[in-house]
Amino acid sequence: MRLGVRRREQRFQDAFLQCASCRKTLFRREFDQGMMVCPNCGHHHRLNAKTRIEYTFDEGSFVEEDTDIQSVDTLSFPDYQSKLDQAISKTGQPDGIVSGMAKLEENPVAVAVSDFGFMGGSMGSLAGEKITRTLERAADKKIPAIVFCASGGARMQEGLLSLMQMAKTTAAVERCRSVGAPFIAVFTDPTMAGVLASYASVADVILSEPRALIGFAGTRVSKQAQVVKIPDDFQTAEWVLRHGFIDRIVPRREMRDTLSDLCRLLGGRK
Amino acid sequence: MTQPKSWKEWEKPLIELDEALAKLRERSVTATEEERHKIDETIKASEQRRDKYIEKKYANLTPWEKVLVARAEPRPYTLDYINALFTNFIELQGDRLFGQDHAIVGGPAALDGQPVMVLGHQKGRNIQERQMRNFAMSKPEGYRKAIRLFQMADRFSMPIITLVDTPAADPGVESESRGISEAIADSMLAMFEVKVPIVSVVIGEGGSGGAIGIGIGNTVLMQEHSVYSVIPPEGCAAILWRDASLGPEASAALRLTAQHALEMSLIDGIIPEPFGGAHRDPIEAATLLKEAVQKALKPLLKQKPDALKAARYSRYRALGKIG
Ligand SMILES: [Zn+2]
Repeated sequence: MRLGVRRREQRFQDAFLQCASCRKTLFRREFDQGMMVCPNCGHHHRLNAKTRIEYTFDEGSFVEEDTDIQSVDTLSFPDYQSKLDQAISKTGQPDGIVSGMAKLEENPVAVAVSDFGFMGGSMGSLAGEKITRTLERAADKKIPAIVFCASGGARMQEGLLSLMQMAKTTAAVERCRSVGAPFIAVFTDPTMAGVLASYASVADVILSEPRALIGFAGTRVSKQAQVVKIPDDFQTAEWVLRHGFIDRIVPRREMRDTLSDLCRLLGGRK
Repeated sequence: MTQPKSWKEWEKPLIELDEALAKLRERSVTATEEERHKIDETIKASEQRRDKYIEKKYANLTPWEKVLVARAEPRPYTLDYINALFTNFIELQGDRLFGQDHAIVGGPAALDGQPVMVLGHQKGRNIQERQMRNFAMSKPEGYRKAIRLFQMADRFSMPIITLVDTPAADPGVESESRGISEAIADSMLAMFEVKVPIVSVVIGEGGSGGAIGIGIGNTVLMQEHSVYSVIPPEGCAAILWRDASLGPEASAALRLTAQHALEMSLIDGIIPEPFGGAHRDPIEAATLLKEAVQKALKPLLKQKPDALKAARYSRYRALGKIG
C-alpha cells in the first residue's frame, strides 16, 4: 500500500512540475515543449549546457572540444576538491563550461555554454581556458563565437588565478576583434561580477534572456553601499537594457533565429 | 587569540614606541648638557628596542598581517609616488562622457626625461579626501578616463605605468547604472590593444576587478607587503563560513600575498620595501620603486610596437592552472 502511494507520487512528479517563479503546477510535456519557459508567467527556467545546446544549434551538429582538461585545486583551498567532485557527479560534466564547434543553419560557429548548476558557473582556470580557446577558434577560423553566460562570478577557490582569467578572456576578445571574427554573448540568469566585468561585456553583440539577473556586485552589496531607493527591477535584463549595456532581450524560442541572423549578417571578415 | 582588525591596532606597540621616541628627542633639544647625555642614551636604547621589535614583527608576516600593512593609513599612495618618481606630472581629468572620478588619477609625466603616461588608484589622507576619492573605489568614469589616457599614450608612443591600490571598484547603484562592469572590461581591452610598453605595480591593495581593470602589463610587479586578491578576505569569509570576522583565515586560504603571487608565476617580480614597510620610510620606498620601474621598462623600450602587444597576449594566455 505504501509502495503504491510512492509510485503514484512518482508518476505525478513525472507528469507535472511547479514553476520556480509563479509556483503554478505545469504539465511537464508542455513545459519541455516550451523550452522550459513557464506558459503562465513566462519565467525562463535555468538550463544545463546540454539542453541549451540542443535548443540552439543545428540538430546533432555540436562537437565538444577541450575535454582533455580539468580543474585542479592548486591552492589546496578548504573544501574545493570535494565541491568539485560533487559538482562533477551532479552535472556529469568536468566543469561549468561546455565548449566546442556547432552549426547554425549549416554555418560553423565556435561555441561555449556555461552551466550555473556547476558551482554557480564560477570562472576558474578551466572555464577561463575554455572561453579563451573558444574565442581563439573563432579568430583562427574567422567564424562567429557564441558564448552563453551563466555565472555568479570568479571562482574564489582559485584565488588570484581566477582573477587572471578575467584578463585572459578579455585578451582573447581583442584577438577576435583584430581579425574580424564576430563575438556574440548571450546573458542568461545570472550573469554577474567577474564574468560580466570581463569578456562578456565587450562582446560585439550582447543578447539576454528575459529577466536574467545581470550585475557587478551582489544586490545586497549594492544596497548596502547606497542609501537611495533601489528600483524594483534593479540588475534585471530589462533594467540593464534601459541603461544601454545590452543590445536586445530575446525570448528563448526566438534565440536560435536571432543568433543565426546575426551570424549571417556579421559574417566574419573573409 | 583574537586577530587585530586594523593596522593601527596591530602596530600599536610600535606606534607607542615611536611616539615615546619623538617626545624624548624633543626633550633632548631643550635639556641641559648633563640631562641630554642621559636622554640620548635612553633614545639609543629605545631605538634598538624598536628595531628589534620591527625585525621580529616583519620577519614573517602572516597573509592577514600583509593585508593590514597593505591597508596602513600612512602607507605612500599613488600621488606620493608620482611626485617622488616623476617630474612635470600634469593631471588630466574627466572621461569626456559623464564626469571626473577622483579615485583614479593620471596624466603625462617624465621619468628621468622619458615622457610616460602614469595612472593609479588614489586613496585619501583625511576624511574629506577619502570621501572625495571614494576610498579609491573607482566608478565607471575612472576606468573610462583610464581608457582615454591609455589610448592617448598609444597615439604619442608613451610607455604606460599604472599603480594599483584599491579595495574594489565602486559597487553602488550609480556605478551599476553607468556600467561599471563594461568600464572595467573595456579598460582591460584597451590595455591589450595598445602598442606601447606597460608596467603595472600593485602598491597596496590589489582588490579584484577594480584592480585588474588598470592592472594589465607587459611586466607586473608587486611591492613586498602589498596584496592581490580575487575577493576581499572578509567577503570570502562571509561566503565560506558566514562570518566576515574570519578574514585572517580567508587571507591564508586565498594566498593573496606578493610572495604567493610570484610563486604561482602570476607576477614578474617583488619590489623590496624599506625596513618596517613602505610607510616607515616613504622616500626609500619611492627610490626602490623607481629603480624597479626603470629596470622593468628598459628592455621593453627596445621592443617593437607589435611585439609588445603580442608579448602581452602571450603573458596572459599562459595564466591558469589546469590538469
Ligand atoms: Zn511561472
